Amino acid sequence: MSTDTPAPEEPSRADLAARVEELEAELTDVTAELSELRTEAADAAQAAAEATETAAEASEAAADAAENSEQMVIVATQGTLDMAYPPLILASTAAAFGYDVTVFHTFWGLEVLHEEHAGELELSAVGNPNLSVPNAVAALPGMDAVTTRMMRRKIEANEVASIEELIRTSLDTGVDLQACQMTMDLFGYEEDDFFDGVTTGVGAATAFQKMTDADVQLLV
Amino acid sequence: MSSTIDAAETLDVKGKNCPMPVVETKQAVDDLGAGEVLEVLATDPGSVNDIAGWASSTAEVELLDQVEGEEVYRHYVERTA
Repeated sequence: MSTDTPAPEEPSRADLAARVEELEAELTDVTAELSELRTEAADAAQAAAEATETAAEASEAAADAAENSEQMVIVATQGTLDMAYPPLILASTAAAFGYDVTVFHTFWGLEVLHEEHAGELELSAVGNPNLSVPNAVAALPGMDAVTTRMMRRKIEANEVASIEELIRTSLDTGVDLQACQMTMDLFGYEEDDFFDGVTTGVGAATAFQKMTDADVQLLV
Repeated sequence: MSSTIDAAETLDVKGKNCPMPVVETKQAVDDLGAGEVLEVLATDPGSVNDIAGWASSTAEVELLDQVEGEEVYRHYVERTA
Protein backbone atom coordinates (compact mmCIF):
# COMPACT_ATOMS: atom_id res chain seq x y z
CA MET A 1 0.00 0.00 0.00
CA SER A 2 1.41 3.35 -0.87
CA THR A 3 0.25 6.91 -0.55
CA ASP A 4 1.71 7.51 -3.89
CA THR A 5 -0.98 5.50 -5.50
CA PRO A 6 -3.52 8.03 -6.64
CA ALA A 7 -7.07 7.14 -5.67
CA PRO A 8 -9.10 6.37 -8.68
CA GLU A 9 -11.39 9.19 -9.72
CA GLU A 10 -10.36 11.55 -6.91
CA PRO A 11 -12.65 14.61 -7.28
CA SER A 12 -11.00 17.68 -8.50
CA ARG A 13 -11.04 20.94 -6.57
CA ALA A 14 -13.53 22.36 -9.00
CA ASP A 15 -15.87 19.38 -8.47
CA LEU A 16 -15.70 19.84 -4.71
CA ALA A 17 -16.40 23.54 -4.96
CA ALA A 18 -19.43 22.82 -7.13
CA ARG A 19 -20.69 20.20 -4.64
CA VAL A 20 -20.25 22.63 -1.70
CA GLU A 21 -22.20 25.27 -3.58
CA GLU A 22 -24.96 22.77 -4.29
CA LEU A 23 -25.18 21.72 -0.62
CA GLU A 24 -25.19 25.34 0.53
CA ALA A 25 -28.12 26.06 -1.78
CA GLU A 26 -29.99 23.04 -0.38
CA LEU A 27 -29.28 24.18 3.18
CA THR A 28 -30.74 27.60 2.41
CA ASP A 29 -33.90 25.95 1.06
CA VAL A 30 -34.24 23.69 4.11
CA THR A 31 -33.72 26.60 6.48
CA ALA A 32 -36.43 28.61 4.72
CA GLU A 33 -38.81 25.64 4.87
CA LEU A 34 -38.09 25.11 8.53
CA SER A 35 -38.80 28.71 9.37
CA GLU A 36 -42.08 28.51 7.43
CA LEU A 37 -43.09 25.37 9.36
CA ARG A 38 -42.19 27.05 12.66
CA THR A 39 -44.49 29.97 11.81
CA GLU A 40 -47.30 27.58 10.90
CA ALA A 41 -46.86 25.62 14.12
CA ALA A 42 -46.95 28.81 16.17
CA ASP A 43 -50.15 29.91 14.41
CA ALA A 44 -51.78 26.52 15.03
CA ALA A 45 -50.80 26.58 18.69
CA GLN A 46 -52.32 30.03 19.09
CA ALA A 47 -55.54 28.96 17.37
CA ALA A 48 -55.74 25.90 19.64
CA ALA A 49 -55.26 28.05 22.72
CA GLU A 50 -57.99 30.43 21.57
CA ALA A 51 -60.37 27.52 20.86
CA THR A 52 -59.73 26.07 24.32
CA GLU A 53 -60.50 29.44 25.88
CA THR A 54 -63.73 29.79 23.88
CA ALA A 55 -64.81 26.28 24.85
CA ALA A 56 -64.09 26.99 28.51
CA GLU A 57 -66.15 30.18 28.34
CA ALA A 58 -69.04 28.37 26.65
CA SER A 59 -69.11 25.56 29.18
CA GLU A 60 -68.96 28.11 32.01
CA ALA A 61 -71.92 29.97 30.50
CA ALA A 62 -73.84 26.70 30.11
CA ALA A 63 -73.12 25.79 33.74
CA ASP A 64 -74.28 29.25 34.85
CA ALA A 65 -77.47 28.92 32.80
CA ALA A 66 -78.18 25.47 34.27
CA GLU A 67 -77.60 26.76 37.78
CA ASN A 68 -79.72 29.86 37.36
CA SER A 69 -82.68 28.09 35.81
CA GLU A 70 -85.09 26.53 38.27
CA GLN A 71 -86.16 22.99 37.53
CA MET A 72 -89.33 20.92 37.62
CA VAL A 73 -89.64 17.18 37.09
CA ILE A 74 -92.99 15.48 36.57
CA VAL A 75 -93.37 11.72 36.45
CA ALA A 76 -96.42 11.04 34.25
CA THR A 77 -97.86 7.54 34.65
CA GLN A 78 -101.40 7.87 33.28
CA GLY A 79 -102.73 7.44 29.76
CA THR A 80 -106.39 8.36 29.99
CA LEU A 81 -107.75 11.45 28.26
CA ASP A 82 -108.32 13.33 31.51
CA MET A 83 -105.06 12.40 33.20
CA ALA A 84 -102.96 13.24 30.16
CA TYR A 85 -103.72 16.94 30.65
CA PRO A 86 -102.30 18.00 34.05
CA PRO A 87 -98.64 17.07 33.37
CA LEU A 88 -98.62 18.79 29.96
CA ILE A 89 -100.44 21.91 31.18
CA LEU A 90 -98.08 22.29 34.13
CA ALA A 91 -95.03 21.53 31.99
CA SER A 92 -95.79 24.15 29.34
CA THR A 93 -96.75 26.68 32.03
CA ALA A 94 -93.54 26.08 34.01
CA ALA A 95 -91.55 26.49 30.78
CA ALA A 96 -93.26 29.89 30.34
CA PHE A 97 -92.01 30.76 33.84
CA GLY A 98 -88.49 30.02 32.63
CA TYR A 99 -88.21 26.63 34.34
CA ASP A 100 -86.10 23.83 32.96
CA VAL A 101 -88.82 21.16 32.72
CA THR A 102 -88.57 17.38 32.38
CA VAL A 103 -91.60 15.10 32.09
CA PHE A 104 -90.70 11.45 32.55
CA HIS A 105 -93.44 9.30 30.98
CA THR A 106 -93.72 5.75 32.21
CA PHE A 107 -96.31 2.96 32.00
CA TRP A 108 -99.56 4.33 30.49
CA GLY A 109 -97.98 7.75 30.34
CA LEU A 110 -96.16 6.50 27.21
CA GLU A 111 -99.49 6.55 25.35
CA VAL A 112 -99.49 10.34 25.59
CA LEU A 113 -96.18 10.52 23.71
CA HIS A 114 -97.20 7.92 21.13
CA GLU A 115 -97.78 9.72 17.84
CA GLU A 116 -100.70 7.53 16.81
CA HIS A 117 -102.26 6.96 20.22
CA ALA A 118 -102.10 10.49 21.64
CA GLY A 119 -105.14 11.58 19.63
CA GLU A 120 -107.13 8.50 20.63
CA LEU A 121 -106.81 8.54 24.41
CA GLU A 122 -109.96 7.34 26.13
CA LEU A 123 -111.85 7.98 29.30
CA SER A 124 -113.84 5.43 31.26
CA ALA A 125 -116.90 6.08 33.39
CA VAL A 126 -116.35 2.82 35.29
CA GLY A 127 -115.36 3.58 38.84
CA ASN A 128 -115.53 7.29 38.15
CA PRO A 129 -118.22 8.81 40.38
CA ASN A 130 -117.60 12.23 38.79
CA LEU A 131 -119.38 11.03 35.65
CA SER A 132 -123.12 10.58 36.03
CA VAL A 133 -123.21 7.07 34.59
CA PRO A 134 -123.96 4.12 36.91
CA ASN A 135 -121.15 1.56 36.94
CA ALA A 136 -123.50 -1.17 35.71
CA VAL A 137 -124.21 0.90 32.59
CA ALA A 138 -120.67 2.24 32.23
CA ALA A 139 -119.36 -1.33 32.11
CA LEU A 140 -121.38 -2.17 28.98
CA PRO A 141 -119.37 -2.72 25.78
CA GLY A 142 -118.82 0.51 23.86
CA MET A 143 -119.48 2.76 26.84
CA ASP A 144 -115.86 3.95 27.08
CA ALA A 145 -116.21 5.25 23.53
CA VAL A 146 -119.41 7.09 24.46
CA THR A 147 -117.83 8.63 27.56
CA THR A 148 -114.77 9.62 25.56
CA ARG A 149 -116.89 11.23 22.85
CA MET A 150 -118.77 13.26 25.46
CA MET A 151 -115.50 14.45 26.99
CA ARG A 152 -113.98 15.35 23.62
CA ARG A 153 -117.06 17.40 22.74
CA LYS A 154 -116.71 19.31 26.00
CA ILE A 155 -113.02 19.91 25.35
CA GLU A 156 -113.73 21.23 21.86
CA ALA A 157 -116.68 23.37 22.93
CA ASN A 158 -114.53 25.04 25.58
CA GLU A 159 -111.60 25.47 23.18
CA VAL A 160 -109.30 23.61 25.51
CA ALA A 161 -106.07 22.72 23.72
CA SER A 162 -105.78 19.17 22.37
CA ILE A 163 -103.18 16.78 23.79
CA GLU A 164 -101.21 16.92 20.53
CA GLU A 165 -101.23 20.72 20.65
CA LEU A 166 -99.92 20.68 24.22
CA ILE A 167 -97.20 18.21 23.30
CA ARG A 168 -96.09 20.37 20.38
CA THR A 169 -96.19 23.50 22.56
CA SER A 170 -94.21 21.75 25.30
CA LEU A 171 -91.54 20.57 22.88
CA ASP A 172 -91.41 24.00 21.19
CA THR A 173 -90.86 25.70 24.54
CA GLY A 174 -87.99 23.43 25.49
CA VAL A 175 -89.74 20.91 27.74
CA ASP A 176 -87.86 17.60 27.76
CA LEU A 177 -90.50 14.90 27.23
CA GLN A 178 -88.92 11.58 28.12
CA ALA A 179 -90.10 8.03 27.44
CA CYS A 180 -89.06 5.46 30.05
CA GLN A 181 -86.96 2.81 28.31
CA MET A 182 -88.07 -0.08 30.51
CA THR A 183 -91.79 0.45 29.81
CA MET A 184 -91.06 1.12 26.13
CA ASP A 185 -89.52 -2.37 26.00
CA LEU A 186 -92.38 -3.77 28.08
CA PHE A 187 -94.99 -2.49 25.61
CA GLY A 188 -92.83 -3.12 22.53
CA TYR A 189 -92.56 0.55 21.54
CA GLU A 190 -89.76 1.95 19.38
CA GLU A 191 -88.35 5.45 19.37
CA ASP A 192 -90.06 6.09 16.00
CA ASP A 193 -93.47 5.47 17.59
CA PHE A 194 -93.19 8.72 19.53
CA PHE A 195 -93.40 12.37 18.52
CA ASP A 196 -90.20 13.85 17.09
CA GLY A 197 -88.23 15.43 19.88
CA VAL A 198 -89.18 12.90 22.57
CA THR A 199 -86.16 11.67 24.54
CA THR A 200 -85.69 7.91 24.76
CA GLY A 201 -83.05 5.70 26.32
CA VAL A 202 -83.64 7.02 29.82
CA GLY A 203 -84.53 5.16 32.99
CA ALA A 204 -85.44 5.73 36.61
CA ALA A 205 -81.89 6.73 37.53
CA THR A 206 -81.94 9.62 35.05
CA ALA A 207 -85.33 10.72 36.35
CA PHE A 208 -84.26 10.44 39.97
CA GLN A 209 -81.02 12.30 39.40
CA LYS A 210 -83.04 15.14 37.82
CA MET A 211 -85.49 15.07 40.74
CA THR A 212 -82.75 15.49 43.34
CA ASP A 213 -81.73 18.75 41.63
CA ALA A 214 -85.27 19.97 40.92
CA ASP A 215 -87.23 22.62 42.80
CA VAL A 216 -90.56 20.96 42.03
CA GLN A 217 -91.16 17.21 41.70
CA LEU A 218 -94.55 15.72 40.95
CA LEU A 219 -95.91 12.24 40.38
CA VAL A 220 -99.07 12.24 38.27
CA MET B 1 -112.60 50.61 26.89
CA SER B 2 -109.39 52.08 25.65
CA SER B 3 -105.97 52.31 27.16
CA THR B 4 -103.34 54.97 26.77
CA ILE B 5 -100.58 52.37 26.72
CA ASP B 6 -98.81 52.19 23.38
CA ALA B 7 -98.35 48.53 22.51
CA ALA B 8 -95.78 47.41 19.96
CA GLU B 9 -97.58 44.11 19.35
CA THR B 10 -100.99 42.60 20.01
CA LEU B 11 -101.54 38.94 20.83
CA ASP B 12 -105.04 37.58 20.32
CA VAL B 13 -105.77 34.54 22.47
CA LYS B 14 -109.52 35.06 22.58
CA GLY B 15 -111.31 31.73 23.05
CA LYS B 16 -108.16 29.94 24.16
CA ASN B 17 -107.97 28.45 27.60
CA CYS B 18 -105.41 27.54 30.23
CA PRO B 19 -102.48 27.19 29.73
CA MET B 20 -102.34 28.81 26.28
CA PRO B 21 -102.81 32.51 27.21
CA VAL B 22 -99.75 32.44 29.49
CA VAL B 23 -97.71 30.17 27.21
CA GLU B 24 -98.37 32.31 24.13
CA THR B 25 -97.83 35.54 26.08
CA LYS B 26 -94.40 34.30 27.12
CA GLN B 27 -93.55 33.39 23.52
CA ALA B 28 -94.71 36.78 22.23
CA VAL B 29 -92.81 38.69 24.94
CA ASP B 30 -89.64 36.81 23.97
CA ASP B 31 -89.96 38.38 20.51
CA LEU B 32 -90.24 41.95 21.87
CA GLY B 33 -87.37 44.39 22.14
CA ALA B 34 -86.44 45.93 25.48
CA GLY B 35 -88.96 48.59 26.51
CA GLU B 36 -91.66 47.34 24.15
CA VAL B 37 -95.16 46.48 25.31
CA LEU B 38 -97.36 43.54 24.36
CA GLU B 39 -101.13 43.83 24.45
CA VAL B 40 -102.87 40.52 25.10
CA LEU B 41 -106.54 40.06 24.25
CA ALA B 42 -108.11 37.14 26.14
CA THR B 43 -111.51 35.81 27.04
CA ASP B 44 -110.30 33.29 29.64
CA PRO B 45 -111.26 34.73 33.07
CA GLY B 46 -108.33 32.78 34.54
CA SER B 47 -105.94 34.83 32.41
CA VAL B 48 -106.25 37.78 34.82
CA ASN B 49 -104.63 35.98 37.73
CA ASP B 50 -102.46 33.74 35.57
CA ILE B 51 -100.80 36.50 33.55
CA ALA B 52 -100.35 38.63 36.70
CA GLY B 53 -98.76 35.69 38.52
CA TRP B 54 -96.56 34.84 35.58
CA ALA B 55 -95.40 38.45 35.17
CA SER B 56 -94.61 38.91 38.85
CA SER B 57 -92.31 35.89 38.97
CA THR B 58 -90.66 36.31 35.59
CA ALA B 59 -87.49 38.36 35.22
CA GLU B 60 -87.38 41.29 32.78
CA VAL B 61 -91.17 41.42 32.50
CA GLU B 62 -93.57 43.96 34.01
CA LEU B 63 -97.34 43.92 34.01
CA LEU B 64 -98.38 47.51 33.31
CA ASP B 65 -102.13 47.13 33.36
CA GLN B 66 -105.09 44.77 33.09
CA VAL B 67 -108.32 46.09 31.70
CA GLU B 68 -111.50 44.09 32.18
CA GLY B 69 -113.89 44.78 29.31
CA GLU B 70 -117.36 43.40 28.72
CA GLU B 71 -116.10 40.21 27.12
CA VAL B 72 -112.39 40.71 26.55
CA TYR B 73 -109.60 41.10 29.06
CA ARG B 74 -106.71 43.29 27.93
CA HIS B 75 -103.33 42.72 29.51
CA TYR B 76 -100.36 45.02 28.96
CA VAL B 77 -96.99 43.43 29.51
CA GLU B 78 -93.69 45.25 29.08
CA ARG B 79 -90.39 43.60 28.34
CA THR B 80 -88.10 45.67 30.54
CA ALA B 81 -84.73 44.39 29.36
